[in-house]
Amino acid sequence: MAGQTDPHISLFSPQEVEFMAEDELVEIVPNMNMEQLNFISGDFGRFIPQIPTKVPLWLAVALKRRGKCSFRPPGWMSVDNLTQILEAERESQSTFQALPFSYVEIARLLFDHAHDDIPDKYMVRSLVEDIRDVRLHKLETNLGSFQGTSAVKISNVSAMEVNIVRPFVRRALEAFYKHDKPEADVDRDTRSSRQQREANNEPRRPLRQR
Amino acid sequence: MASNSEVGGSSADYETMMSTSDVELLKRAWRNEKAAPEILQYEGALVERAKEQIELVEETIEDYVENGKDPLVVSLYQMDLDRTQFLLRSYLRVRLLKIEKFMFHNLKSEEAERRLSEQERVFATKCADDLAKHFEETVLLKLPQNYQSVLKQSAISEVDDMVPQPHLETFVVCRSNNFVSLNLYEEGESPETVEMERGDLYFIRYKIVKGAIESGQIDLI
Repeated sequence: MAGQTDPHISLFSPQEVEFMAEDELVEIVPNMNMEQLNFISGDFGRFIPQIPTKVPLWLAVALKRRGKCSFRPPGWMSVDNLTQILEAERESQSTFQALPFSYVEIARLLFDHAHDDIPDKYMVRSLVEDIRDVRLHKLETNLGSFQGTSAVKISNVSAMEVNIVRPFVRRALEAFYKHDKPEADVDRDTRSSRQQREANNEPRRPLRQR
Repeated sequence: MASNSEVGGSSADYETMMSTSDVELLKRAWRNEKAAPEILQYEGALVERAKEQIELVEETIEDYVENGKDPLVVSLYQMDLDRTQFLLRSYLRVRLLKIEKFMFHNLKSEEAERRLSEQERVFATKCADDLAKHFEETVLLKLPQNYQSVLKQSAISEVDDMVPQPHLETFVVCRSNNFVSLNLYEEGESPETVEMERGDLYFIRYKIVKGAIESGQIDLI
């Protein structure tokens, strides 16, 4: 089981992260008639030709592979939107742009199975890859600026990115915490006589890591 | 076929609860269990409902195949069934792994024991007994008198220091479902709080969010 015994590998395998992303709803346009599907995970359908409908990603990919539907790419995947996001990512060193939590997985699955449904697919693909690179690079550089703290806020980081950095950040934060804490214990006993240095030795305020 | 979870909580939460399917609940339980360092409360009712639904769908699929229903539809139902089964099985497997890892601790600590299901408790006791017996026969009985305990390093140890404990100080990634304000440190130390808006992601010490996870306010990612 990934990550349970070996702290060096990620908690969830990439396939499991993709599994979790596959429940996201996407819009498809079926080209056939099919009745409503009463799954354990929900009710989907009816499927009528040319009427768009929302289904989970796994179902959409299955239908697409059998040639039963075509995809409507999600709104955030347009060239304009992605270019804007890429610019914003490059500008800011510490904040991440708002992207769907599973954008990596959704983009990957669409490129693999439904590339003919995406307008300007090569442009879109290269934009998504650039965005991924910039964000990962940002994550790596920001990791170097952690301080000892108990809570770090990471806004707008996506599922795959979290999974990649998780093992390292976990151990780094644990080491920080371990080294900060005994000093706090010692400090409690001698607090009255060491007013001056108290501020430095206590665990620092949690940084707003963006 | 998506049955609903139990009613509870404020009216805003009521809406979310009534529309959360069992599969989503199971997914959440699976994710939390995987990410948490210690074993969490067994979701007995959820597992039972999931098992019933799985059995129902299995029967339905058999009927469909016999009646010559559109094979596409059958294969789609089968896929959905496979996904749900995977969630259920992985959930149970993760729990078993944790039980095995912290075998003696789970039986010693009352809090942990309450979180196991009936069958898990039986499994854990039998496993612990077998392991203890194995250790005794192969090694411990051959050691000098004071060192023969499975739980303690020697007779002069005050606590059971041979028992590995779950590492509660580890950091986890979590996302909050509501606005929640948590005390960062233990009682008596400087009371700093961290406030989480709905949908924020945090790297945080597990101990801090433990209570909030149990009450459903925070999810582990």
